[in-house]
Amino acid sequence: MKTLGEILIQEFPFSEIVIGNTAIVRAMIESGVKVVTSYPGSPTPEIAEAIYSIPQEKRPFYFEFSTNEKVALELAFGASINGFTSCVFFKSVGMNVVADSFVQLSMMELLGGMVVVIGDDPGANSSQNEQDNRHYARLSYTPILEPKDAQEAYDMFLKAVDYSRSLRSPIILRLTTHTAHFKQKVNFGRYFPSQVSEPMFNVDKNGPYIPIAANVPIMKKRALEKLNRWKEIAENFAYVSQNNNKRGIITAGLPYLSLLDILGENVQKVDILRLGMVYPLPRKAIVEFLRTHDEIKIIEELDDFIEQSVKSIAFEERLNTKIIGKVDIDDWIGEYTPEKVSYVLKKVWPELVVSIKPSEIKLRVIQRPPQLCPGCGHRPVFYVLSKILSKEDISVADIGCHTLGFLEPYKVGQVLLSMGHSTATASGLSLLNTSRKVVAFLGDSTFFHAGIPGIINAIFNNHKFTLIIMENGTTAMTGHQDHAGKKIKIRTLLESIGVKHIWEVDTYQQNKLEEVLKEALNSDEFNVVIAKHPCMLKFTRERRRKGLVKVPQMGVTNRCTLARVCITKFACPSFQTDTMGNVYVNKDLCIGDGSCVPVCPSNALELEKVESVGDKK
Amino acid sequence: MKTFNIYMVGVGGQGIGTLSEIMIRAVDYSGQNCIGVDTHGLAQRGGVVSSHLKVGDVNSPLVMPGDVDLVIALERHEAVRGMSYLKFGGTLVYYDTSWQPLPVRLGKETEITTSEIEEFSKTNNLKIFRVHYDLPDARMQNIAILATIAKYQLIPKVEVKHYLKAMEDLMSERIFEPNKELFLRIIND
Repeated sequence: MKTLGEILIQEFPFSEIVIGNTAIVRAMIESGVKVVTSYPGSPTPEIAEAIYSIPQEKRPFYFEFSTNEKVALELAFGASINGFTSCVFFKSVGMNVVADSFVQLSMMELLGGMVVVIGDDPGANSSQNEQDNRHYARLSYTPILEPKDAQEAYDMFLKAVDYSRSLRSPIILRLTTHTAHFKQKVNFGRYFPSQVSEPMFNVDKNGPYIPIAANVPIMKKRALEKLNRWKEIAENFAYVSQNNNKRGIITAGLPYLSLLDILGENVQKVDILRLGMVYPLPRKAIVEFLRTHDEIKIIEELDDFIEQSVKSIAFEERLNTKIIGKVDIDDWIGEYTPEKVSYVLKKVWPELVVSIKPSEIKLRVIQRPPQLCPGCGHRPVFYVLSKILSKEDISVADIGCHTLGFLEPYKVGQVLLSMGHSTATASGLSLLNTSRKVVAFLGDSTFFHAGIPGIINAIFNNHKFTLIIMENGTTAMTGHQDHAGKKIKIRTLLESIGVKHIWEVDTYQQNKLEEVLKEALNSDEFNVVIAKHPCMLKFTRERRRKGLVKVPQMGVTNRCTLARVCITKFACPSFQTDTMGNVYVNKDLCIGDGSCVPVCPSNALELEKVESVGDKK
Repeated sequence: MKTFNIYMVGVGGQGIGTLSEIMIRAVDYSGQNCIGVDTHGLAQRGGVVSSHLKVGDVNSPLVMPGDVDLVIALERHEAVRGMSYLKFGGTLVYYDTSWQPLPVRLGKETEITTSEIEEFSKTNNLKIFRVHYDLPDARMQNIAILATIAKYQLIPKVEVKHYLKAMEDLMSERIFEPNKELFLRIIND
């Protein structure tokens, strides 16, 4: 068996089948990045998985998961102004969290260089929106590279470091969900281990670093001058395939590959300009492409970012090339998969699209919404609340596995904005409201990430609602990363802020949980329930790793009267119904946790007496 | 044949990631170009998880519905979802187990049956391989599927030795041995 960690740090060039996220880690190693930071979020967590595959003592750089994206970015900034090449990575909406500090970066002399890797999520596979982060590039005068596949993610990262170091300027490497996860054989170069240099921070030589008053115009000018340099560099990332056609397509990133698939042999009938740097744009390449074509179609995922600039370039150059951008609202929504690009291009040049006949069989495809895992400690909370909350009461969701409480059958958690919003949104909902109870949720990792200011505000301004902190001891949704709760007790922190009413309860103790929740909801002041239970997915994985494979499982005894509470209200996925309508337990799913036992009105659920086998250490 | 498109589908937790990792390596060992992509994220919590794999002269790693040669489903309801991706005359391999989706458990839909799958297959002249074995561990189901694919050489030019080599690359000895045994037992059956 090859271990990823050993592969990644070998000194000789090699090729290996990896995803884009992993390829980037090798690029960090080869390019001498010294500090890497992050906050976990899809589609980027596998970058950290690849880093963790290298034993800490052999890791050629410092890595940490920081409390949130902004903290992570500031750490990377601090390292870079001290002369160390740094990299920060986070998901699409993490860009909003970092924004306050991020917009300052281009005005600073980043001595070591700094690469900001963002994982955008067209199609909102695992995010609350599909925001187009290219806009942040323009807002902050920061260049942005956009690879089409895993190989190019690696290649571009190396170039990003080179340019970033020489211009002492930040650069964004923008992945999207399916470039981050693009799996292919990637060719890697040689790794020359390098020594750590002396810290170089020096205000007199490289400042100013304080953007106040008279300094701001100086620093802004510096950023804009660098942007002019980036405009020249952008020309190196313009890729043209030209067959002297009258029609051309401008595109970028993964949608380019979708385009090639749906053009098939028609690729000869249209010229293509692919942009590797999408901000600033390669003006010369674009002007040349416009000049040599009668009609241009722009195929870009999400917003009309390239389209606006191309149109303004055409206007300034007095070119009358016909430019076709987004045709309708549909063109703005969703990932540009081959299917989508086919749909988009057919509206303009249908004869270029290779037609694929979709299957015509009428199939009974049944929806499968995601759900809480078997044994999940969040489930008893949602089950109990769905019993005790009245229809008028308002429940505020937050980000994490517990967001899934909004789905059937619990329908608990009715509104969501962003990480940590719940405390302040709940405060707002409690204003001018004496008749409807308000309850908010917060995960433990999110508590540290962005939840605390809202809690402090609730204390400071005397807001009244119940906050339930769903503590499972990990950042579960993104793959079980550690968080500050490992060292800092949530309860201690709440007490020191001045929260008077705090209950702590293990969610498997369902009667106590119900008692506590009722008391909390009837309290007259802001109060917190810490609803604890370790993440059972993490627990079962660790149990398996230790070799323990067979554990007692739940059985439905003949006392079952088919009340079906276990299925319809508690809704653990292990409970299924056979063709006769009887309830049974799916043995592949049940983890033998027993959290369902109290929900059965006829007391029919019993753990079967199966001898545990395997190493129990 | 210029390209060969594969779509894998299952439920979060069934181990589709491992399966797709073995497959892409096996295809690579057969000397053919291969790219792929898995879906990650929220879906892993008991939702639909899929993986795309494209062999030959290909660009995007994502398959198009109606353009898939081979669908591999780790579960019966997902087999039906996967079938909607197949081309006329394509092949479906599925593991016959049922992880009932919520609408079935709530009684809003009835469970998909094997005969329903057989029925669907007739319309589009599909080839169906139903896989089911008594296994000591549910996580070996994807190896049973893999063995079936290898046995009938459902991916052109990819042979038993390529799959075994890929498995050995990715599994520790403790996991590889029982899985290899199962894999070979099914092939020699």
